[in-house]
Amino acid sequence: MQKNMKKGIIKIVIVVLVFILAKFLIREGIIGAYTERIIITVGINIILALSLNLIIGYTGQLALGHAAFMAVGAYVSAIFTTKLNLPFVPAIILGAVAGGAAGFLIGWPILRLKGDYLAICTLGFGEIVKVLIQNIEYVGAARGFSGIKLFTTFGWIFLFTVLAYILIKRVVNSVYGRDMRAVSQDEIAAEAMGVNAFRAKLLGFIIGCAMAAFAGGLYAHYLMFIDPVSFDFNKSTEILTFVVLGGIGSTSGSVAGAVILTVLPEALRGFGDFIKTYRMLIYSIMIVILMIFRPQGIMGNRELSLQNLMKKGNTFNIKGGEKDGIA
Amino acid sequence: MALLEVKDLGIQFGGLKAVDGFHMEIGDNELIGLIGPNGAGKTTVFNMLTGVYQPTDGEILFDGSSISGLTTYEVTKKHMARTFQNIRLYKEMSVSDNIKTSCSVRRKYSLIDAIFHTGKYYKVEQENEEQVQKLLKMFGLEDKADLLAKNLPYGDQRRLEIARALATEPKLLLLDEPAAGMNPQETEDLAVFIKWIKDEFKISILLIEHDMKLVMGICEKITVLNFGKIIAEGTPKEIQNNPQVIEAYIGRKK
Repeated sequence: MQKNMKKGIIKIVIVVLVFILAKFLIREGIIGAYTERIIITVGINIILALSLNLIIGYTGQLALGHAAFMAVGAYVSAIFTTKLNLPFVPAIILGAVAGGAAGFLIGWPILRLKGDYLAICTLGFGEIVKVLIQNIEYVGAARGFSGIKLFTTFGWIFLFTVLAYILIKRVVNSVYGRDMRAVSQDEIAAEAMGVNAFRAKLLGFIIGCAMAAFAGGLYAHYLMFIDPVSFDFNKSTEILTFVVLGGIGSTSGSVAGAVILTVLPEALRGFGDFIKTYRMLIYSIMIVILMIFRPQGIMGNRELSLQNLMKKGNTFNIKGGEKDGIA
Repeated sequence: MALLEVKDLGIQFGGLKAVDGFHMEIGDNELIGLIGPNGAGKTTVFNMLTGVYQPTDGEILFDGSSISGLTTYEVTKKHMARTFQNIRLYKEMSVSDNIKTSCSVRRKYSLIDAIFHTGKYYKVEQENEEQVQKLLKMFGLEDKADLLAKNLPYGDQRRLEIARALATEPKLLLLDEPAAGMNPQETEDLAVFIKWIKDEFKISILLIEHDMKLVMGICEKITVLNFGKIIAEGTPKEIQNNPQVIEAYIGRKK
């Protein structure tokens, strides 16, 4: 336990130092407003990727409507701050609760079944949410919800991204996370070993949905304008790409996937005219190339941690196996 | 009182009676065999005992209470565990995590404990880790603890599956054809190993097996099943000389 404490303190110190450094660079104008914008988007995308990875990588359920839960969180929290004048943090927490509740409503009937039914169901849910919002005049219907105040600053994003990472890490390294992984690999065996498979899957799904909704709240109070179309299937696919590219089942992989795929299209702007014109094309080709040469994602299902880095190379190799696919 | 008491158990799949009028009694620290030709209904009996199938007739009393109608994980919580005919490990998890998952049946903490890393979290994780280390050592897997389960050799996978089942702290362990795919030497080692488990953990074992030598060698009592019905029961000696059993296995003399 003492060793854990010591390691924990070192980690906290590193995180605080990084934060102070970044804050200093922003204040001095070394990190410009444009870069700060990218950093905030990266933070939101990391939380989204982490939350979807918990569902796909750990409970082994394919979810294709993650943006819908983000929409729930975005709209609910925006209603609380703009219409009901609630402070920012309670509002996004309430948004997350609403997202978790929506996850519960879908997961409760569907996750009892063995198989990939969740994929179809979340796909449908995504469409339902979009169409529903388009028809609710109270939140601006198809015109979108405007007049949201700017609350999401670099400080909040930094704090919540770190907290989200810690939360996911602690869930997956607990008995609950092990149960989820066991169920994803062999549901019948897991049940025979005393794991309530339905409960394990539902728990992972609810936490994932609530976190996506939380990210949605951050997103709404950063862009100050949200509309139903920004939470459509394309957005869900984008989040899925972070997870698949980073490595399904790897928490650090999700972070890597979200960072690379958010920064890459922006970074390509900095090159010559040719690359600038075709940057989205280059971006897509890079994804295709990566998937051909590393179908298991950047990290496979390995984890990057201080421990693994310090250990000699070969233990790192033995420990991480390659995962073949989603199922 | 017997640990397991099965009375008049039966199951029907559509028009087919897969198992009919099955009965069995297992006492403390006994090693019982269940044999029969292919398709006799042995695994179906296992599946009914562990709640995978819900029997259409009969009653199962385990450790003093009825377990008919319970789900699989509830049966496991009541201290009955099983292995599978075709090995079902968590292939992409490490050997030690395979066992650790089973430990949480007995020792758990809340999600709040897990997120805030409370004292209870450390205490339970520590206890589970000790239990895992103990089992790994007993099963000779300690230097393979960090390997993925799928990378183990076949014999080790079989042993890991038994270790994982034992981590749920069963009073009755059901082994479904543990010798499947093993050569005669490995089967012989397995026989010694099963007997050792029974004595070391002081549990009862119900063994399904095709390999006659293994069953006859170690079981105290044997039940023979054919076409879903019990055709004989008794000590290995009685079974060996039972004409009905011989007929079921090798046919009638003309």
